[in-house]
Amino acid sequence: MSTTALKLADVHKSFGSSKIINGVNLAVAKGERHAIIGPNGAGKSTLFNLISGFYPLSAGYIELNGHMISNLPPHRINRLGLSRSFQVTNIFPKMSVFENVRCALLWPMGYGYSFWHLCDRLKKINAKAEEILERINLADRRHIPAGLLAYADQRALEIGITIAGNAEVILLDEPTAGMSLSETERAVELIRDVTTGKTLLVVEHDMQVVFNLADRISVLVYGEIVATDHPDKIRQNPQVQEAYLGKESA
Amino acid sequence: MLEYIIFSLLNSLVLGMLLFMLSSGLTLIFSMMGVLNFAHASFYMLGAYFGYQISTAIGFWPALIIAPPLVGLFGALVERYGLRNVHKYGHVAELLFTVGLAFIIEEGVNLIWGRNAVTYPIPKLLDFPIFTLFNTEFSAYRMFMLFISVAIFIALYWILTRTRIGLIIQAALTHPQMVNALGHNVPAVFMLVFGGGSALAGLAGVIGGIFLVTEPAMAATLGPIVFVVIVVGGMGSLTGAFVASLLLAAIQTFAVGIEYSLSDLLALVGIRAEVGGILKDLWRIQLSHTGPILPYLFMVLILMFRPKGLMGKRET
Amino acid sequence: MIIFLKKFGIWLAAVLICVVLPLIFRSGFSISLLSQMGIAIIFALSYNMLLGQGGMLSFGHAVYYGLGGFLAMHALNRIGAGTLPIPIELLPLVGGVAGVLAGLVFGWLSTARASTTFALISLGIGELIAASALMLPSFFGGEQGIIGDRVVKLTITGFRFGKQIEVYYLIAVWMLICVALMYLLTQTPLGRVANAVRDNPERAAFIGYAPRTVRTLQFTLAAFFAGAAGGLFAINYEIITAETVGAQASGSVLMMTYIGGVGHFFGPILGAILITFMQLSLAGVTHAWLLYFGLLFVGMVMWAPNGLSGIIMVHEPVWKARLMKRLLPAYGLIALPCLIMFLGAMILIEINYHLSLSINPENPMHLLGITFRAQSPVAWGLSLVMMVAGFFFFRKARSVVQERWSEVSQTLKGGLTR
Ligand SMILES: Nc1ncnc2c1ncn2[C@@H]1O[C@H](COP(=O)(O)OP(=O)(O)OP(=O)(O)O)[C@@H](O)[C@H]1O
Ligand SMILES: [Mg+2]
Repeated sequence: MSTTALKLADVHKSFGSSKIINGVNLAVAKGERHAIIGPNGAGKSTLFNLISGFYPLSAGYIELNGHMISNLPPHRINRLGLSRSFQVTNIFPKMSVFENVRCALLWPMGYGYSFWHLCDRLKKINAKAEEILERINLADRRHIPAGLLAYADQRALEIGITIAGNAEVILLDEPTAGMSLSETERAVELIRDVTTGKTLLVVEHDMQVVFNLADRISVLVYGEIVATDHPDKIRQNPQVQEAYLGKESA
Repeated sequence: MLEYIIFSLLNSLVLGMLLFMLSSGLTLIFSMMGVLNFAHASFYMLGAYFGYQISTAIGFWPALIIAPPLVGLFGALVERYGLRNVHKYGHVAELLFTVGLAFIIEEGVNLIWGRNAVTYPIPKLLDFPIFTLFNTEFSAYRMFMLFISVAIFIALYWILTRTRIGLIIQAALTHPQMVNALGHNVPAVFMLVFGGGSALAGLAGVIGGIFLVTEPAMAATLGPIVFVVIVVGGMGSLTGAFVASLLLAAIQTFAVGIEYSLSDLLALVGIRAEVGGILKDLWRIQLSHTGPILPYLFMVLILMFRPKGLMGKRET
Repeated sequence: MIIFLKKFGIWLAAVLICVVLPLIFRSGFSISLLSQMGIAIIFALSYNMLLGQGGMLSFGHAVYYGLGGFLAMHALNRIGAGTLPIPIELLPLVGGVAGVLAGLVFGWLSTARASTTFALISLGIGELIAASALMLPSFFGGEQGIIGDRVVKLTITGFRFGKQIEVYYLIAVWMLICVALMYLLTQTPLGRVANAVRDNPERAAFIGYAPRTVRTLQFTLAAFFAGAAGGLFAINYEIITAETVGAQASGSVLMMTYIGGVGHFFGPILGAILITFMQLSLAGVTHAWLLYFGLLFVGMVMWAPNGLSGIIMVHEPVWKARLMKRLLPAYGLIALPCLIMFLGAMILIEINYHLSLSINPENPMHLLGITFRAQSPVAWGLSLVMMVAGFFFFRKARSVVQERWSEVSQTLKGGLTR
């Protein structure tokens, strides 16, 4: 087995005639926390959608732990150990907070499509769900329909759902977008905490968060990766400063 | 045989154009408002009954002019005071509102005009054969229907391509979210489209009520067929609705005259199977009797394998 | 003991009610009404497994009900002839099996998407089956349908099912079993994931579930219960026609479920009871009952989209906080104009029915104990005045109700934060 958790090889994606992703190559090692940064519209979310099977690839291939996953349906990719969150909050609005988390645990813990178990009797799952609720700080609001939570809490729940299944590879799309400073700090702690020992790929605009969290950073501009390196090197990379950081500070 | 083909073609044209009058409105309403209007065929029925009522009072020609706008007005009111209030509860509620409305209209028609078909005769002026071919007559009324529906077709085309409101509607068809941003009075446009579609259905009723039959079940009979038309044509595609209208009318018209069954077909290639039970039924069904199920079969297959329909651009 | 009662009390109560009701309402009419309600409850709950729990709006659920009924009827005839060794009490299972088979096939075909596509496919399949039913007389019996005789030798309970009351108890037992099973199903992984797929199918895929598989399974299970209800139908009526698979049956279960409310498990039960009651009692009193039914349905869609159960459940916190007494006067106030409006509409509707349907419209008509001529302008005028005035005061009263509600919810919120 290789030590590469996620490998993208010459990945292309176009919508109609507009080419959004143009030959991305990326290898994320097991246990690495890898950040992707880049200007708006660079194609970061699209890249996530390709990896997670939401869109079919136009060309190239993607491997997860050595398995070819390009063009598998999302649920198959998920079952192979990849979980993701969304930039726009994507939860189950009419279900309770607790139920949201518990649903995310069912498949990974082996209950599949069972209609002969009663959820309330599944002690292990319920304990795990409680634990996750504690970790994302929503234990006191467990009975509220998720759609009625405050924005930051919905983001936390989104992370909770994503990490619940204990997937080895976790993709987070702008997990702290729209959060206040203190909320962001808490979220970063949470992410660091829950991704220990796992492979993390995170898209983030907040540089503080990125440099805080990432072992390595890739810069995506117009659908191409212009640099992949350690945070310090990225900070100094002139190409990056021009393409991305330069714009930010200007 | 030639006679059969020519007359079937002519009749499918008449029926097809009638279907198009219904399906064009329905598909416009669906693609603009996202509402699958189950009451659309009920507006057609109202048109027929209004037409009948006005005809018996003051004659067919005034009815032809008055009834469709009346139905259109009714449709606009339904949109304004019914559908718009339900909008906040989501599409399922909107859809169910139209289902309930169809139900109420059918019962209302029962209530006012009774449960049996009414006699809604061909106007005297048009009650003669316009030509005779191979000893079969083609009535002037059918010719007149064809004339009206072609005129409507041209008018619709003109409105959609040459007028301001038409351009807005077209924009809404391709980019439903964008129209809001254009700053047009969207609710008013919706009401207009809904009213206009209803008026078209009403007109189809005024002339179709004579051609087919005017009875409380007429909406339930035709309604699903119109759905089939817009699904097969592709939701939101007027061209698709046009093609599918003609296609379905042709299928229905032609199937009626073909009295072959599976067993005949098998006999043709020399197989004479003796079977019992349900297979026997299957063997014996004549193609002419499959008329009622063919459209649905067609629709289910299209939805499963080509949800965009023949000409549609987006999925249902 | 108390914990036991708290957990199972409602089920015990249900059993008790089922046992006692026919002892109180003993007329033949009541017993057959109760029997039909039992069947309708199963059918409506099974429909809600699609709409409420799975987010699938079906216009063809009667297909599984009817097919279950037909297969059960054929089985019943075999049992009677002694060629099929199944006791009659288990006949609903035969119906259920028919439902499962059909549900598996049609479910898979129609559940690639929910929303409008699903609705249209279900409509198409419904029409297809209904139309084919008339073409395949050896299975569906053509226009006359199939008849059967439920008095057979092979029973396990010893009942002969000659009397309606025996049939009622059979239905009641099956109803309780099915309700309990359907309730338990909502608590299983599949039941919960069906909710997830309803709420957000894309997200459900990213927690490991294939939305289509979830929908298909949910659909198949729902079809099982619909088929079982159909099996009970076959026993109850001893005749089944192609109408049971038709659009009208599908539409009526949809309306029942919706009126009862799709958001809570017990909603469809309320809907089934109410609508079956209306069906059987109003149908005898007025020709216009379908119209009233339609008006009720549209009224619910417009003003109470969560159905009866929704109305009840919004009052739960108010009830618990003992604040109902603040709402009741306002409700009393609004009930009056509603009643007036309804009476006005009713007079108009009944007059029109009299004019269009009675043998001689000149004959006087009877309504609410009053006899009058349908042509009388007094009646017409009165009805119009009542409707207009009722509407006017309805709007006034509605603002009062809204005011009271906002007061009450303020108090409730205050209570929460304190
Ligand atoms: N389904 C789609 N169809 C057509 N174009 C799309 C689609 N999805 C994304 N795009 C286009 O692809 C480009 C990249 O979008 P993407 O969401 O991946 O950017 P991003 O890097 O995530 O930006 P942001 O930082 O704003 O989230 C955009 O121009 C967008 O319009
Ligand atoms: Mg993005």
